[in-house]
Formats: sequence, structure tokens, C-alpha cells
Amino acid sequence: MGKYVGQRIKRTEDPRLIKGLAHYVDDIRLPDTLHVVFVRSIYAHARITGIDVTEAVKSPGVVAVYTGKDIATTVGPVPCAAALPDLKVPDYRVLATGKALFVGHPIAAVVAKDRYAARDAADLISVDYEELPVVVDVEASAKGGPVIHEKFGNNIAYTLTSGEGDIDAALKAADRIVTQRMVHQRLAPVAMEGRGVLARYFPGEEELTVWSSTQIPHLLRTQLALMIGIPENKLRVITPEVGGGFGSKLNVYAEEALLGWISIQLCKPVKWIETRRENMQATIHGRAQVGTVEVGCRNDGILTGLRYNVFADLGAYHQLLTPAIPTLTGLMLSGAYRIPAIQMNVTGVFTNKMSTDAYRGAGRPEATYVVERAMDIVAAELKMDPVEVRRKNFPAKTEFPFHTATGLDYDSGDYEAALDKALDLSGYQKLRQEQTKARAEGKLIGIGMSSYVEICALGPSQAMPAGGWESATVRIEPTGKVTVMTGASPHGQGQETSFAQIAADELGVDLHDVTVIHGDTAIVQYGIGTFGSRATAVGGTAVLIAIQKLKEKAAKIAAHILQCEASGLAFEGGRYSKQRAAAAATGVSEPDVAVGEAPAGALPEPDTEGRSTLTIQEIALIAHIAKELPPDTEPGLSATYFFEPKNFTFPFGTHICVVEIDKETGETTFLRYVAVDDCGKVINPLLV
Amino acid sequence: MNQAISISVNGVDHHDEVEPRLLLVHYLRELLGLTGTHVGCETSICGACTILVDGQAVKSCTMFAVQADGANITTIEGLATNGSLHPMQEGFWEQHGLQCGYCTPGMIIAATQLIDRNPNPSREEIRHGLEGNLCRCTGYQHIVEAVEYAAKKKAEL
Repeated sequence: MGKYVGQRIKRTEDPRLIKGLAHYVDDIRLPDTLHVVFVRSIYAHARITGIDVTEAVKSPGVVAVYTGKDIATTVGPVPCAAALPDLKVPDYRVLATGKALFVGHPIAAVVAKDRYAARDAADLISVDYEELPVVVDVEASAKGGPVIHEKFGNNIAYTLTSGEGDIDAALKAADRIVTQRMVHQRLAPVAMEGRGVLARYFPGEEELTVWSSTQIPHLLRTQLALMIGIPENKLRVITPEVGGGFGSKLNVYAEEALLGWISIQLCKPVKWIETRRENMQATIHGRAQVGTVEVGCRNDGILTGLRYNVFADLGAYHQLLTPAIPTLTGLMLSGAYRIPAIQMNVTGVFTNKMSTDAYRGAGRPEATYVVERAMDIVAAELKMDPVEVRRKNFPAKTEFPFHTATGLDYDSGDYEAALDKALDLSGYQKLRQEQTKARAEGKLIGIGMSSYVEICALGPSQAMPAGGWESATVRIEPTGKVTVMTGASPHGQGQETSFAQIAADELGVDLHDVTVIHGDTAIVQYGIGTFGSRATAVGGTAVLIAIQKLKEKAAKIAAHILQCEASGLAFEGGRYSKQRAAAAATGVSEPDVAVGEAPAGALPEPDTEGRSTLTIQEIALIAHIAKELPPDTEPGLSATYFFEPKNFTFPFGTHICVVEIDKETGETTFLRYVAVDDCGKVINPLLV
Repeated sequence: MNQAISISVNGVDHHDEVEPRLLLVHYLRELLGLTGTHVGCETSICGACTILVDGQAVKSCTMFAVQADGANITTIEGLATNGSLHPMQEGFWEQHGLQCGYCTPGMIIAATQLIDRNPNPSREEIRHGLEGNLCRCTGYQHIVEAVEYAAKKKAEL
């Protein structure tokens, strides 16, 4: 444990948040900002036969009104980054043209001097619709019926089979096969702050700045540049404070491109703040799978194989990762178990709904639910304790790295230890006795459990659509302050604190001398963003390695000034010391050298004469003044590192939940919840 | 037709002419520049916009500015006194009662009223008292602990 890493440290980002002084997109106020309100489809599937904007254009305060025909050829389609074999990709225009395909599909954009005026005018736009039959049920629409995208001939976007092992043989070899229909309901992510975009174009500089509530500032910049047709290096994306994402802001949305484009047309700042109703309709949804799991097992509870046939409700279009989400379910179908053969057959189906995409776990919780439900059904079928069925199928601690029949290599794990800990903490045996007694008294008490494995630290670039690394730049300024720039984009995860903890410990400086900067493409080197439990595992590692690079250079400078070999230096408490290295060998300690305070308003003059120690902050100043550097040394003290992870990480755990259900009302009461989670290295116990 | 209003916000008097339909939260945010009060749902469900109107926790997204004529209002920006945090702000910081921070101002304001009314609330009372405030990040556990911390701290003052 370091001075900071591993310690319970209050977040440095909190003061501005608890005082109401932070800036989310809508809190940024630029002079002359125009406001945008969208007119959206009230039908799930309809032909748009006319749009009358005459009254809206005349409405007080209105500056412009745009419809699909205005932008059809000028703003590129909403992108999908998922590449699957034979994937059908519909042309997803930023405003509907011809047909509206889901409730909330944007049809027109009204720009006015304030948001009330824009809303007034939006109400004056008259859209004529010819209603069409609606596609809602994935199983039915995969078979036939109305077609959403006529050019594809049916509603099937793709089919994909994944997994390893001979599933037919595995199921045939089983003593029993249990089958269960699985329904993962569609949901809305509902971050407390909806989406919001502010765009400002400077026609002279030809520069567009887009403030967006997003999890992926750099990926958004690249995609918006392509959609709007502006050079990427003339586009700056800033993510100010972001009020929650949960995957819903791991995306590129029509509104983001439209706002940028409108700002360019009008040469004024334009702002759109999503209403909650829009957020429910037109921000991505999650889950929405309907399938059947078949599990083969022997009479002793050992699993032989698992097959999951599933229909994934993709919605009307592909957002950034829509078709890829169900493939993550396929990856995690081995759960915490040794299952010799696994197969997933997924059919991705278009429906007249908003797209599904990444939400809290993104396909992986679906897998956990499928596998854990299957374990319970197997236990019931065999009249075994669900604990024992799980235990029998865990790979042993010694079997890691463990290869699954879904094609993954779990790095490490001790699933039985987590299970035993959860059993112990919950008093499982006693709970079962209490349950039996309560049931005899007519009460409904249920004990549920889940042993899970997560796939985190997304991920090796080979397994990701467009880069899975993360970047960091660490710079020590002439005054000794440390600036950390991360390509991750924290929005509640607390990395302004945890990355500062890493940097402060590694550099031996005060935590408050470190500032972590993120979410501004004009300042921070290209990064991937925050999603998929990756920011600390991948982005934090990038910070650590960047610091190691920086310290290699600092040590060279220190050795030059202190007139010794870099290998003869000790680094401790932010200070390079030649005596200490020698002293450590002899057991004799030297007192610290006092460093003179600089007068206010002036840089301290590095006095290097006869010194036996130098702080890394002094070295930063020496590196900037650059008069006493070793030959062929670049001035300045900063380092950038792009960290490419070799594998995902696979944390695991067991949760046990005890509930009581009121027979009369159906009301559920939580009696007990025990969670045992493998956290890995804890940087800040307050935040874990 | 605009209407004249006089409102005291965080101890400062404001006199403005506003549209009768202007929502109080928009008055605070856009006319006064007090953007710490957030809009989460526009329907009084989520509580992100909670402020104190004459000492009562009110959801400012469903009140008109003209309805607050003559009122004394406290927003999150006015909670700290002389630069020191209110015990509730301290509690949220100390107990990690926030992640993204969007619900936090409304949550803190609602919780201050809760401990004003009930200085020593049980966990259940805290959860019940904050039912009108939604948080999507924390799972509420640390929020309950933050309020407990603040109640204790306030009792010691």
C-alpha cells in the first residue's frame, strides 16, 4: 500500500459537485446561443407524406427549421462500428426521410432564440403520416410479416453462430437436458442527465467545438468529422461534467452531428438539451433478447453442454455497437463453469423501436442470467442444492488460465473461494433451515444466488471494433505541478482522484499537486473512452507506464546533475539521491538537503551545485530551463504512453440474495444481500 | 405579457419581469445563472431540481417563477455558509454519496430538510424521506450513510 494508493481518499472532484459549481453541458452558457427542439415521430412505423413548416418558420424567435430533405445529402449517416459477417446496415439518416421507423425518430429540427420559442414553433409543425403495420415481436417478425427496410426483403439483420465443442454430441451424451425460455426485457438506461449538445462554429478559424454529454470524446470527434465533413483537426469535442452514461453515451447520435452542422450553417452557438421523454424514446435501449437455453447434464450434476438460441431485438437501425452487443452474451456463456461444448445461435432482428446498444454490462449480464438460471434449473431437476451444482462445475483455482468453450482465456480465478465466502457471510445452511421453517408457516422465502465472471478491461484491440488501448500523458510543469491527461473519460468513476493517487505515489509528490485532465480533444491525446469496466484497468495502467517512462528521463537528468550513474540513484519520496543508494548499502543515513523556497511570483532558481539529492519537481524545472541537461536530451519532462492490454480481465464473485414475497400483495422484501466480488488491486477503498 | 417578480435567492434580492409560463428552475438557471440546480425529468419525479422555497423542499421544474414571487429561496449554491460546507455537503463528500453528481444538489437539499424535520432519522426514514429523489449511480447505500453522517455532525454543532 502506498501513501495514497490503497487509501480511503475523498474524491477531489466532489467539492465542485456538492457546491453546485460543476458544469454539465446545459450549464455552459455562450452569448447568442440558439436553441434546438426536435419534432419526433409519434408513430412507430409510418410513411411521412408531408411536413408543413410554414407556421413554424413565422413563429416569433425562430431562426431556422430543417427537415430530412435539407440534410439528406449533406450530413452523413449515423455510424455503426460493429463488423459482423453479412451484416445488413440500413442507411441511418440524422433526420427521417420517407419513413419514420420508431417513436421518437427525429423528423424536423427547429432553431430559435430560446428554448421556449423553439418549442412553441415545433408545436406548429404539421407532419402527415400514413400509418404502417408495426414490427414489435422479434420471434414473429423473424419469420415474416411487414418489412421495415424494404431493400433487405426481411427483418433479419444477421445470424451468427459462436462457440466451441461438438454441441450435438455433448447434448446427446447428457443424462438429462433441461430447456428454459429466457426473456431479457427491453429497458431504457435513463442517466440522470439526458443527452445534451452545444456546438459553436467559428467561421474565420473554420473551427467547430462540440460539447457533448458523451463517454467517448475522441471516437465521437472522428465520427462527427466524417458525418459533418469537417477536417478532424478542426473539430474539438469537449465532454464537460457528464451526469451518468451507463453505456447510453457510448455512442454517436444523430443529434450530435445535426447540432454541429446547424452551428456551421448559422455561425452561431446552438444548444439542444434532451428532455426526459426524448431520452426514453431516442436514446439507446438495453437488453431485449428472447431465447431458449438447453443445458445437458449428467445425473451427478456435471454439465456436458449448453446451447442458447436467441433473437436479439436490435431496433430500427444500428447505433454504434447495436449488432455487437448480443455477441458479448455469446462470449460469456461459460460463466464461472467448465462447460465442454457451448453454442449460441443469435438472430438479430429489426423492429420498430429505438436501437438497443450497450447498457450496464452490455450483453454480459444477459449471459450471467442465462447460465445462472440454468444452474438453478439443473439443481431443481436433479434435486441437488444449487450450491453443489455450481461447485461441481467450477474450474479449480489451479486450472487458470482457463480456456472456455466460448473462446476466451480467463486469466485468473478462485470461484470456490468466493462462493464459500458468500455462504459463510450469509450463514447459508442456517438460511436454508429458516427458509424451510418459514415455508412450513406459509411464508414465501426465496434464496437466490449467482456466481459470475465478468469480462472487463475492454480490451485487446484485436477483439475491439476500433482500438482497445488507452492513453496517458504525464507532464511535470516548470513549477512542479503534475498534469495527467487520460484518454479515458470519467463521468462519476472518480478517476480524477484515483489516477492522481497513482501519479502522486509513483512520483512521490503531494496528491494535490496532481491534476487529471480528460474529455477535451484539443488538450488530451487521442483516447478511447470510459466504458466496459476499462478506465482504471487500461487507462490507469497507461498512466503508470507513462510515469515510468518519465522517470527514466528524470533519472538520467538527476544522474547528470548529481554526477553519478543513473543505476546508482535511489528514488524515494519524490527525491533522487546518490547518497541514499550508497547509504542503503552501508546502513548510514544522510539528512535531507534543504531546498530554498522561491519568492512569490518567481520560478525557483535550481541550485545544483554540490547537491546530493534532487526532487523530481526540481528536475522538471531543470528540464524546462534546459541549461544543464545531459547531451542529446530533449528539454521538458513529460511522457505519453498508449497501453495495449494483452487480454481482458475476468473478475468474479458470488452474490446471495434472500427475499420474502407477500402472498397477498406480491410485494417483495429484501431480507439479506451478500456480495463477494473480486476487486483486484484496490486503489481507493472508498470508491470500490 | 411579462409579470414583475421579487424573489430572494440565497440572501440576494432579485427583481425581474418574466413570462408567466417561465419555470422557476429556468429562472434560477438562465436568468440568475445558478446552474447548480439541475433538470432531470421535467415532471417532479426525479428531484434533481429540488430547492428550498421558504424552507420547504420544492421541485423547481414544476413551479412557475411567478408563483415564487415574494419567496425566500435557497439553492445548492447558497447552502455553504461563509465558505464552510453545510454538514450535508460534508456528509456526501465524506461518505462518497455521489458519483456523477447530477442528482446531488437536489439530493442534498432534500436531505437537509429531512434532518431539519427529523434530526436523528433511522435508515428506513432516510430512504423514505428521499423517495422523491432518484440516483442512478450509487445504489443509494452511500447516500443513506451521508445523511446519517450529516445528522450526527449537525447534532454536534
